[in-house]
Amino acid sequence: MKEDSINSGRVQKAPENFLTQGGIKEVFAEGKKGRRDFIRSAFAAAAAGAAAPMAMAQGNPVPTEGGDLNILNLPEHATNLGQGVAVEGYGKPSKYESNLQRRQSPGLTQTTQASVSFAPLQSLFGIVTPSGLHFERHHQGWWDIDPSKHRFMINGMVKKNMVFTMDELMRLPSVSRFHFIECGANTAVDWGNVAVPTVQYTHGMLSCSEFTGVPLITLLELAGADLKNAKFVLAEGGDGSSMTRTIPMSLITSGEVLVAYGQNGEMLRPENGYPLRLVVPGVQGVSWVKYLRRIEVGDKPYAAKDEAIHYIDLQPGGLHRQYTNIQEVKSVVTTPSGGQVLLDKGFYNITGLAWSGKGKIQRVDVSVDGGRNWRQARLETPVLSKALTRFNLDWVWDGKPAIIQSRAQDETGHVQPTYQQLRGVRGTRSIYHNNAIQSWLVQENGEVKNVQVS
Amino acid sequence: MSRFRNAVLTAALLAVAGWAVAQPDKYPGVGRAATPKEVAKWDIDVRPDFKGLPAGSGSVAKGQDVWESKCAHCHGVFGESGEVFSPLIGGTTAEDIKTGRVANLNRADYPGRTTIMKVATVSTLWDYINRAMPWTSPKSLSTEEVYAVTAFLLNLANVVPDDFVLSDKNIADVQNRMPNRNGMTTQHAMWPGNEFGGVKKPDTNNKLCMKDCTPEPKLASFLPEFARNAHGNLAEQNRLVGQQHGVDTTKPEAKAGMPVVAAPAAAVPAKPENVEAKAAIALLNKYSCTACHGVDKKVVGPGFNEVAKKHAGKVDYLAGKIKAGGSGVWGPIPMPPQTLPEADARKIAEWISKGASK
Repeated sequence: MKEDSINSGRVQKAPENFLTQGGIKEVFAEGKKGRRDFIRSAFAAAAAGAAAPMAMAQGNPVPTEGGDLNILNLPEHATNLGQGVAVEGYGKPSKYESNLQRRQSPGLTQTTQASVSFAPLQSLFGIVTPSGLHFERHHQGWWDIDPSKHRFMINGMVKKNMVFTMDELMRLPSVSRFHFIECGANTAVDWGNVAVPTVQYTHGMLSCSEFTGVPLITLLELAGADLKNAKFVLAEGGDGSSMTRTIPMSLITSGEVLVAYGQNGEMLRPENGYPLRLVVPGVQGVSWVKYLRRIEVGDKPYAAKDEAIHYIDLQPGGLHRQYTNIQEVKSVVTTPSGGQVLLDKGFYNITGLAWSGKGKIQRVDVSVDGGRNWRQARLETPVLSKALTRFNLDWVWDGKPAIIQSRAQDETGHVQPTYQQLRGVRGTRSIYHNNAIQSWLVQENGEVKNVQVS
Repeated sequence: MSRFRNAVLTAALLAVAGWAVAQPDKYPGVGRAATPKEVAKWDIDVRPDFKGLPAGSGSVAKGQDVWESKCAHCHGVFGESGEVFSPLIGGTTAEDIKTGRVANLNRADYPGRTTIMKVATVSTLWDYINRAMPWTSPKSLSTEEVYAVTAFLLNLANVVPDDFVLSDKNIADVQNRMPNRNGMTTQHAMWPGNEFGGVKKPDTNNKLCMKDCTPEPKLASFLPEFARNAHGNLAEQNRLVGQQHGVDTTKPEAKAGMPVVAAPAAAVPAKPENVEAKAAIALLNKYSCTACHGVDKKVVGPGFNEVAKKHAGKVDYLAGKIKAGGSGVWGPIPMPPQTLPEADARKIAEWISKGASK
C-alpha cells in the first residue's frame, strides 16, 4: 500500500458516501496479507500455552514503605482550605476528564460544517449522554439562535395556519422523556470491513437524553389538522440547510413525537438544535429536525434531499430502500472495547448499551468466545421504550484471547443480527442501518481490537 | 348547558368530517393565525407531484452561467468533483433514461454513487437547490436561477438537450426521463405505519441460541497495523482511571506475554490557549472562510498553513487578497472577493502572516 493512501484506505469519505469499493478492497487485501500473522499472534500463545501470561501482579501492590504513599502522605486537598462557591457559574467537568471529547473521524468529510463528531461511548456510564458530549451531525453548520426571535409555524392540511413564539410553546403542557438518538449512518464505516479502532468511531453517532417538549399532536390539534386525510408530515429546520424530512404520522398520533426545547434539565445545546428541535423516538437522527421552524401537514411524502439522495439504503440488485426510518434492535459492549487495554487478569464488568427503535429492550446476551456460547446480561434500570438500556455482566478474564460480543432482543422479539445475516439480505453497500453484532478481540497482551468474525 | 351541548355537537361533527377537534378554547392565548405573507415566505417545499413548485422557467445556457459563478468551485465544472462533496453527475446512461433504473448501481465494483445515479425525483433537486444552495449563501438564488441550474445539471447527465428550457409546464415530462426514477422501493419494515404498504416482518431473523451456536469463530476483518494510530493516540481518548485504560498507540504493540503500554497515569497538561488563533478562527467561521479553506489542509482553496508559508509576514498583501479575491496563485479555481470589515480582514491577515497557528 502506498504511503499516501494509508488514510483513505481505512477511513471513508463522507457520511453519505462511506463505502468506496476501492477502499474496501484495499483494506481486505491488507487484511488477507497480514491475517495469518495476526491470528498467530492473537491465538498462538493460548493454543500452545507457551507464552507466559501477563504478570499476575496485584494491580495495587503494597510498596516497601509499608503503605501507599497516597494514603501515608496526606495530600494538599486534605490539609488546606478548598475553593469557594460559584467560582464557576456553570460548572465544568474535572480537568482530569479532558480525554472525554467528541471527536471527528479523520478523513471522513472535507468540511466541518457538513460533518459529524462522535460521542465517547467508551467512557460513559448509565444511559444519559452529557449534553456537551452529545454527538453532532450538521448539514450546513450550526447556529446559536436567539430564542426570542425564533418562530414555529404549522401549515398545510389544517383548519388554521398558525405561528407560535417560544414563550407560547413553553406555556403548553409539556412532557419529559428519555430517548436515544442514533444517526442512520452509525456504524456505516464497518458495513464492509473493520475500518475504525474504537467504539467512539464505530457506534458514537448515538446519544440519549431526557427531552422536554410539547407532543406534536397537541399542536396539530390546536391548529385543527385534518388527521383523517393527512398521511404525512413535513418537518423543516430554520437554518441554512433548512433540513426537511417526512415524519411518520403513526408516531405523531401516538403522542410520541415531541416539539422539544429541553435536554437533560436545561435547554437544548446549540449544536443540538437550540432552541427547538423535533424528537422522533426510534427514528434515525436526521428526522429529529434541528432549529425546527415549520411543520406542514400533507397527504403525500416529500422525497426531500435527505430521503431521496442520502439516507437511502442500497440493496443487492441495485434498488434503494427509501423512507427507512426505524433504528432496529442493536447493542454494543462499550467496555472492554477497541483501543482499550485490560491491565491485568481477573475480574471485569463487561458493560454496554442496547436500544431499539421499536420499543423496550427485552434481554441482552453476551459472548466472550466470538458468538459460540452466550450468557444473559443484567439489564440495569431504567429500561425505557426507545431509550438506551445499560447492561452488565460479570467476567473473570483468564488472560487468554477472547472475542466479546453482545446480542440484544427487543420487546417485539426481534433479535440483533450477525454480520453474516445482515449482509445476507442487505449486502455491504447499504451505508445506513448497520445494526450487526459487534466483536471486540481481547488479545493476550490485554489490548482490545475491533474485529469481525466469520 | 346548551353551550356545552353545542360544543360537543360541533366536536362530533368535526370528528365525523375527519378534522381533528380544533381546540382553540383549550389553550387560550397560545399561538395565532399565520398571515398569508408569512406562510408564503416559509412554505417553500416542493413535493414529487410538484405541489409547491412556483411558476417559472430557466434555460440550460443560463444555468451554465450560474453554475460557473456559484457552484463549480465546490462541485466541479461538470458536477463531477468529489473534492468537497460527493460527485453530482456521472454514472448514468441513455439506457438508464429509458428504463428508469441505473445499471451501475448493480455493479459492486462501480466507484462511488453520484447524485444523479440515486435520485428518483426531479422535485428533490429543485427543492434542495432552492432551499440550501449555494453552500455559503443558501436561499439566495432566484426562481429562474433554480430552474436554470436544475436544467444545467440535467443537461450534464444528458437528461435534457443543450437548448432546453426547464419550466413548471414541462418538469413532469422531465420526471419521466430521470435515470433512476424506478430505483426506489418502500417494501421494507423500517417505516412506522402503513402509509407505504411496506412489510411488517423485519428482514433479519436471528435466534436466541445460547450454547455451541457457531463453529470456532475465525477473524475475518481487523484493522491493519498501519492504521493503529490513524485516529490519534487512543490512550488520550479514554478516561485516566477505570477498569480499562486506553492503549498508547504511539508505541508499538506489546508482544504476547509482555505488559502492555497503558495510558499515562497523569493528566495530559492542557495546552496554553492561543488567544490570537482563537479569535482569528472565530472570524474564519463567521465569514465562512472555512467553507473553502482548512486551517491545516486544502479544501477548495489552499489551507491557511500553506498560505502562511508562501506569504509569511505579508499582512497588507493578504488583507488585500481577502477583500479583492484572486485566481491563478493556487490553481484554476478563483476566490471571489469577500465582504467583511477592513479590521477583520487585517486580523485574519495578521494571523496568517504569523504562521496560521491553531
